[in-house]
Amino acid sequence: MDIIVCVKHVPETADAELKIDPSGKSIEIADLVFDINEWDDYALEEAVRIKEKQGGKVTAITIGPQDSESTLRKCLARGADAAIRLTDPKFEGSDAYAIAKILHSIIKNLNYDLIFTGMQAADDGNAVVGPVLAEMLGIPHVTLVKKIELSTGTAKVNRELEGGLEEQIEVKLPSLFSIQTGINEPRYVSIMGIRKASQKEIKVMNLADTGLTENDVGLAGSWINTESVYMPPLEKQAVFLKGTDDEIAIKIAEILKSRGLI
Amino acid sequence: MEKIFVLAEHRQGQIRDVTYEILTKGRELAEKTNSELVAIILGKDVKELAKPLSEYAKTVLLIQDAKMAGFNSEAYEKILSKLITEHKPSLVMMGHTSYGMELAPRLAAALNIPLATDCVDLDFKGDAFTVTRQLYGGKVNVKATARKAETYMVTVRQATITVQKPAQPANGEIIEIPSPLTEEIAEKRFIQYILPAIGGVDITSAEKVVSVGRGIKDQGSIPMVEELAKTLQAILACSRPIVDKGWLPSERQVGSSGKTVKPKLYLAIGISGAFQHVLGMKNSDLIIAINKDPNAPIFGFADYGVVQDLFKIVPVIKDKIIEAKKQTS
Repeated sequence: MDIIVCVKHVPETADAELKIDPSGKSIEIADLVFDINEWDDYALEEAVRIKEKQGGKVTAITIGPQDSESTLRKCLARGADAAIRLTDPKFEGSDAYAIAKILHSIIKNLNYDLIFTGMQAADDGNAVVGPVLAEMLGIPHVTLVKKIELSTGTAKVNRELEGGLEEQIEVKLPSLFSIQTGINEPRYVSIMGIRKASQKEIKVMNLADTGLTENDVGLAGSWINTESVYMPPLEKQAVFLKGTDDEIAIKIAEILKSRGLI
Repeated sequence: MEKIFVLAEHRQGQIRDVTYEILTKGRELAEKTNSELVAIILGKDVKELAKPLSEYAKTVLLIQDAKMAGFNSEAYEKILSKLITEHKPSLVMMGHTSYGMELAPRLAAALNIPLATDCVDLDFKGDAFTVTRQLYGGKVNVKATARKAETYMVTVRQATITVQKPAQPANGEIIEIPSPLTEEIAEKRFIQYILPAIGGVDITSAEKVVSVGRGIKDQGSIPMVEELAKTLQAILACSRPIVDKGWLPSERQVGSSGKTVKPKLYLAIGISGAFQHVLGMKNSDLIIAINKDPNAPIFGFADYGVVQDLFKIVPVIKDKIIEAKKQTS
């Protein structure tokens, strides 16, 4: 099984206090820690597990500047065999559609039985690149994948629906799966593993290598252009309890007591 | 007259709520742009389901085919491609659901229609089409404009539009079209639904819920929150990342892919409040949230908020509740 995994280097924002950049078109990223997109982490792990069972090759691909190589290094340390980074100033401003075109231009020339993407990226949450890439490659796709059972030429996969329900789908291979979190437990990478991975080559490619034109990528090649980003208006605002930890805890106890909850 | 398409979503013989939400928005936009609202329903034996749609839409297009016994994006894509090419609607709307996410991107790519997903709002302004979406798990909003096109496509976030039943029903005409599916659906086949495992704990019946999220950082800290839950005689629940990591079983998960709860108390600890989680708890009577980030979306839904390191404050809250209980007895 040759598997290609598309990964994205994204800021970790779950615990961070975000600020809008003066441009008004993005957030300030200077103080944020970047890592592999959570969904892609599960996708990479799933690919490596299949390779370990059945043999084959796992290739990780990303689009991004130099610092996104740390995400590819992580993939190599986890068991990916090859890594490709696509980068070009002209890619700036690409939406999910343009990103899918860039990935397609390279992947169409590679050997693969499966292509994995994360179900969505933690930053823009589009959930678009995977199915669009599958359409461009002319292969079937399944999104929100929670379980994969491979047979010859086909796979049975479970997709996550709402409310804990899943559906089982049979799909022909080669196929593209967008992977949902929780499908596996991504492995811990040892320092040794990271050190070994730092020796491996990352192939870097640019716009000229893709065979695309300037008009295919960036803003010109996108469906959707960002006008502005801003803090969301709140439906309501919580009453913030302030003071020392003791004072706050006493207030909470009082609130609960007044409502008969303790 | 321009047309606006709304794809009805149904599962196991029921129209899903998101359909009426999109129909509500679709009607508003159709009135604004003097367009015709067209609902589309595809499936096997779904004639009955077409009727409620006609209260909202001027036209309901019904296509029935045994090949669409379960949702199949491959079949849907073939039919919708044909309908969009024939009718050239100005807008195609569907839910940002497990079905919409499977179908919309590929359909948009096949027809090269600009697509915006998971929209919380959308509007035509002159000949420009703009959408509002959320980034970073709901911490930031973005306004975006689509490239100029004859047709636009959106998937709309569930439970963001309040359904308004039309004061005057549209009395739409239901038009059944013969299925254009000639060949078998070759690439993808629905096999079966897999029901969630029935667990030992039913968090939906709990009066008090203490819920833990990503902020807890490691499994070893969960007992600290569990202690607080015990003190409150509450049930311990969690957000998705905790189940994904295998720290608590899926029966404890609150949110769109887990359970919906409506307890008297929902105490959210280290939960930032991504939309998927909020869907499962926002109707709780009293919501108290503890989070380090003062701008965490959860504070937009909570009655009371505490901006503090949960590891410091949780044990203190437990102690103060024990004291308060003593004073009562």
